[in-house]
Amino acid sequence: MPELLVAKDLRAYYRTGLSGWIRAVDGVSLSLNEGEILGVAGESGCGKSTLAMVLASVARWPLCVQGGTMHVDGRSVPLSGGLKGDGSHRGTVVSLMPQGAMNSLNPTQRVRDFVFDVLRSHDPHVARAETLDRARERLEKLHLPARVLDAYPHQLSGGMKQRVVAVISTLLDPRVLIADEPTSALDVGAQRALLALMVELLEQRIIGSIVLVTHELPILRNVAQRTMIMYAGQLCETGPTEEVIFAPAHPYTKALMQATLVLESATKRQRIEGLEGGPPDLSQPPGGCRFHPRCRYALEACSQSVPPTVVPSAGHDAVCWWLAQATPPPTAAASDGAAEP
Amino acid sequence: MLVRVRFLRTAIHSGRFNTSLVLVVLVVLFALLGPVIVGHDPNAVVGSMNASPASHPPLGTDNFGRDELTLLMYGTRTSLEIGAIAGLVAVLIGVVVGTLAGFYGGVVEEALMGATNVLITIPAIVVLILLSVALGSRSAVTMGLIIGVTSWPWTARAVAAQTSSLRTREHIDIARLSGASGFGIIVRDVIPYILSYLGMAFTLQLATAVLTEAALSLLGLGPTNTISLGILLQWSLLWEAVRQGVWWTFIPPTFFLSVVSFGLLLLNSSLDEIYNPRLQGGGGSGA
Amino acid sequence: MSANGQSPLLRCAAITRVFGQGARAVRAVDDVSLTMQRGEIASIVGESGSGKSTLARVVLRLLQPSAGAVYFDGRDVTRLRGFARRREYWSHVQAVFQDPFGSFNQFYPVRYVLRSALRLEDSALPRREREARMAVALENVGLDPASVLDQLPHELSGGQRQRVMIARAVMVQPDLLIADEPTTMIDASSRANILNVLLDLNRDRRLTILFITHDISLATYVSDTLFIMQHGKLVESGPVERVTRTPEHDYTRQLFADTFSLHGEAWHAAGGGAA
Repeated sequence: MPELLVAKDLRAYYRTGLSGWIRAVDGVSLSLNEGEILGVAGESGCGKSTLAMVLASVARWPLCVQGGTMHVDGRSVPLSGGLKGDGSHRGTVVSLMPQGAMNSLNPTQRVRDFVFDVLRSHDPHVARAETLDRARERLEKLHLPARVLDAYPHQLSGGMKQRVVAVISTLLDPRVLIADEPTSALDVGAQRALLALMVELLEQRIIGSIVLVTHELPILRNVAQRTMIMYAGQLCETGPTEEVIFAPAHPYTKALMQATLVLESATKRQRIEGLEGGPPDLSQPPGGCRFHPRCRYALEACSQSVPPTVVPSAGHDAVCWWLAQATPPPTAAASDGAAEP
Repeated sequence: MLVRVRFLRTAIHSGRFNTSLVLVVLVVLFALLGPVIVGHDPNAVVGSMNASPASHPPLGTDNFGRDELTLLMYGTRTSLEIGAIAGLVAVLIGVVVGTLAGFYGGVVEEALMGATNVLITIPAIVVLILLSVALGSRSAVTMGLIIGVTSWPWTARAVAAQTSSLRTREHIDIARLSGASGFGIIVRDVIPYILSYLGMAFTLQLATAVLTEAALSLLGLGPTNTISLGILLQWSLLWEAVRQGVWWTFIPPTFFLSVVSFGLLLLNSSLDEIYNPRLQGGGGSGA
Repeated sequence: MSANGQSPLLRCAAITRVFGQGARAVRAVDDVSLTMQRGEIASIVGESGSGKSTLARVVLRLLQPSAGAVYFDGRDVTRLRGFARRREYWSHVQAVFQDPFGSFNQFYPVRYVLRSALRLEDSALPRREREARMAVALENVGLDPASVLDQLPHELSGGQRQRVMIARAVMVQPDLLIADEPTTMIDASSRANILNVLLDLNRDRRLTILFITHDISLATYVSDTLFIMQHGKLVESGPVERVTRTPEHDYTRQLFADTFSLHGEAWHAAGGGAA
């Protein structure tokens, strides 16, 4: 199966002061398959939002892309944002729904004017009537009422606004949609509706695949086929969501899982322990494995050198010294019956 | 701390800020230090009447034979003094009225804002003329006071709007829950948040006050027995300087009036840009 | 009255709050009655627009109800006339809000916000005692006083700020704490820590806690009792086990059904790859 998107060794740093760098994304590689939802999870400050911006080529100063390559459908895509170079790929190849997108709708403009602006920025000669037709058609295809086009943002509920933003972000038929925390600030009913819309976009082949960035694991468990866990700008674990969640290999993933509040009817008040401490200062990240100061399995090697990649099962890998030591050959690890992706 | 450091960094990089700051500082230095350095008595007759700058450098003399440069320095100082007093008075009254109206809302807001709106609709110049006439002799301080007292409604409205939007913030609720009094909340939890705004209001009020003083002086209602930029202009016009071609008595005061207002307005707009990062130009190509 | 004859700590009787007038009037809270016993932990669960935060503000006496009454420890506190009476009420009822950063005055250090809370107590304490009280309050929420007292809010993490807010709220030993979405702006992985701080306070000091939340998973983790609100009305209430196992109202059932959980079948079955 050909990969839709391949990104290798992405590095993006924020410039601070006169000479400092915050290493927000430091060597992240990922790949996306057609028709797939890839989840990216981690605490705030782990770099997942920065990664989203880099993948969508909207990184701009003080965020500087320092390295890495990205190919979509085999063709190379420029990573730096800003006004340099040809910006035609933005929104048409990879489109970003940034965090809090629904709050960035212009309150003095009707939705249809916003749609016109978006389409016009890619094709200055497009006719207004044509943009409305396209929008209407797309809304109908996705079972949304066309009347939202005539509304002002404040007349729509939070959930509807977010869905409208999702539709507008995909009007140019991008191959990949990157959604950064799209469900935060939404009620559960609205969350379901939004995620149903995204799945619909995939099933109707309007877009090729989705990268869903969130810190809420229950959401990923229910919609993402594969999940990546990020910590301090780097990946710790990647694999099929079922395995990453129910048979986590990396100590950080294990801790994240244990900290998740679950809806349990049977065992109430079974004490849940959250993660202690906070993410490291990314201008001077810890040496070796960046998680070692908070890791209960930390070994001496962890503070000294970058851990190796261990593959507990096919398609599932983690970057950890303790795991490398503790796990014999992959077949003996984790749960049985891990499904092949 | 972080806010201040970021402010300084952005400020230093902003061309507008640097230019306007330089302008304003130069004018202030001119007004304050000039007399010390040059040292003439502004009322002393130093040359013949209406001597041109060619014969009496650097700026000639007025129709009484007084040194024009010295007159300018003293005039600018007085104008700035009046502007500063007016600005201070306007901001003080505006803050009191605005925060009370914005914080308490309801009947208090309706009453205060209603009164403010009525005052805005009364043309300030009419009130000023009447006040000036009523007060037989007016010192610079008095001028500053009456200009301030007629221009506070603008600041009050702006402050009321800002306070109104701050009122719903959670730190205000926390202050209430800790038993703080209304006055305490306004002073500690509202005013620090609008301080930058008040600074900008002050510079704007200063600039407009300087121009208002000039307008009043031209009408003969300026400060008595003092020299201000407006008074200089008034004398110049009274003694038919335009018709006689005595340009050095009316162009320099006009120039200084323009520089002062322009500098202050530019400073104001650059401060707005600094406090409001969204107004800054995009650093797209990696500035 | 509860089974053992104790009168409830908090009683809301037919609270209604209307915003706006005439045709545009909105009934944010519509005839809501509930009671809480001392030492109980209850959660009001509802989506945005359900009126739960408005109800919280009425209980906190930051907002006046349009109709109905609030009884605290048997006394009618609906109309608190005078500054002194309100202060007295707030020495018994306190709150923690949603936005850990917005709850602080960004210009003053942590010390200031703790110190101001102490002013609710009538007697002014000597400085050494004040410092000791503040230090103990911070330690009780898992913070090191020395490294936090003189910090400005933006120098702390979200979790630390929220802990300081909890310390502030319980410093005057209130009987009832209202926690309005206390962990919504905290990372999912750190939420349990904040909730555990509150659970420990309930266990150690019999602090009665009323949570306001839209997250039913959180509510079931912490509560003894659940109150479900929809469009201003209280649609269901009861012990948490009962409501979770056998919800009676359709809306409650819908809430449970819509909430994503880690268990059971994945909603969008793992497909991976074009069909």
